[in-house]
Amino acid sequence: MEAYMDNAATTKMSSAAIKAMLPYLEEEYGNPSSLHSRGQKAAEALESARKMVAECLGALPKEIYFTSGGSEADNQAILSAAMIGLRKGKKHIVTTAFEHHAVLHTLLKLEKQGFDVQYLSVGKQGNVSAEQVAKAIREDTCLVTMMTANNEIGSILPIAEIGAVCREKKVLFHTDAVQAVGHIPVNVQEMKADMLSMSAHKFHGPKGVGVLYAKSGIALTNLIEGGAQERGKRAGTENVAGIMGMAVALREATNHLSDNMKKVSALRDKLIAGLLKIPHCVLNGDPVHRLPGNVHFCFEGIEGESLLLLLDEFGVQGSSGSACTSGSLDPSHVLLAIGHPHEIAHGSLRLTLSEYTTEQEVDLALDAVPKVVERLRSMSPIWRDKVNGNKPFIL
Amino acid sequence: MALYSEKVMDHFKNPRNVGVIENADGVGEVGNAKCGDIMKIYLKIEKDTITDVKFETFGCGSAIASSSMATELIKGKPLADALELTNKAVAEALDGLPAYKMHCSVLAEEAIKKAILDYYEKNGIAYDKEKFAESECHACH
Repeated sequence: MEAYMDNAATTKMSSAAIKAMLPYLEEEYGNPSSLHSRGQKAAEALESARKMVAECLGALPKEIYFTSGGSEADNQAILSAAMIGLRKGKKHIVTTAFEHHAVLHTLLKLEKQGFDVQYLSVGKQGNVSAEQVAKAIREDTCLVTMMTANNEIGSILPIAEIGAVCREKKVLFHTDAVQAVGHIPVNVQEMKADMLSMSAHKFHGPKGVGVLYAKSGIALTNLIEGGAQERGKRAGTENVAGIMGMAVALREATNHLSDNMKKVSALRDKLIAGLLKIPHCVLNGDPVHRLPGNVHFCFEGIEGESLLLLLDEFGVQGSSGSACTSGSLDPSHVLLAIGHPHEIAHGSLRLTLSEYTTEQEVDLALDAVPKVVERLRSMSPIWRDKVNGNKPFIL
Repeated sequence: MALYSEKVMDHFKNPRNVGVIENADGVGEVGNAKCGDIMKIYLKIEKDTITDVKFETFGCGSAIASSSMATELIKGKPLADALELTNKAVAEALDGLPAYKMHCSVLAEEAIKKAILDYYEKNGIAYDKEKFAESECHACH
């Protein structure tokens, strides 16, 4: 038996989404920019997908820009806001310390170009408040960019309140909603978001396709120059099949949102309750405002990569913010941001569920994780030091 | 391609010589928790020969596999041979390690040298200091 518990990395495609894609790979393969009937059929499909996506997000179709995914949307949103700011002499950006690298690395690039980026601390629980944002905004702030929900530890940010603060202070607000769309209610009107990023493969759509929502009137800066696709803001022949798959997956997720949230969070809570019985561990992320599918722990005395590899032997497929999984020696910036010392941050495990996850899979994880933790601790010199009282327990 | 060779996976899943030797003749611990790797080697030495060896490791799959393989390579060997063990030999015996995991084999080599050094110092045995040049875990800095 296998338990796929890495849904924050990517998801299984829904069969409805696959079905929606096939005609545009087999018969209706036209280029939406072509004038003949085959091309125009593809163009119609593209516009129907745009309308579906817009409806799910509470946006207008003309505010939807199809991209290659969440990273591209994040890059374009932030660089566009920076260009708008630059024209007004505003070079201050407010963000959080635990954004996705698609946001952080784009901001790093802007810092090198003279922008002043302020990283709000996220506290031990991994969240920020609208008050923190209100305090940080200055006369020269050109952008507030904050994720709707954290990809590692699952905290859901008070985005509607943050959006309201930004709107009141007339500062552009972008939210990376890659982990949220399709999993919790996301409505650009309620969030008062000026820009929003999302990615299809996080909600059972295909990989390589995403959306940048940009409120009507916001001047976007191109990342890709070329043809006049996406109203001149994103060149390149549209991924029609992928876009159709995304639209159908999003509609499906939106239609079943409350049922799925109920089902998935019940499984999540069972998994969390079971894992909390392991001694010297901690649940990371906001315990209340939490993505329905996110379970994230640190276990003292062991290292995350070996934990993942042994879990895989039991059929449990999870992930870790551990350094060794990424090829660098630094552990996850998210776990350091919530105040864990390196030693603890190295021993992390993320299990992310979806509506396809079964109770049996949760039971498999509940059986495997304690065994694997126990086994790795039994060969860990720092665990021995702690048990023998030579070093203090941290958790 | 898989992340690790079959040999690495074998030594990671079924590590040889895990444990502690009480009253060991030499003990060497290298690495630190900050980097996410700690390796500890225990040696039993009789007549300049390693009669038993055990290890404990906090670290990733390749760190555990490197410890396991390194202990296999020095078990029953004369100290002089153990001192000649290089990280490359450990990695090769494992059918290779990914480039960014080579430091795990370095830790294994260093842990063994440190355990032998501990044995020499405890017993007042003269040794060639050249062979124990303090090497740094470069990846950590």
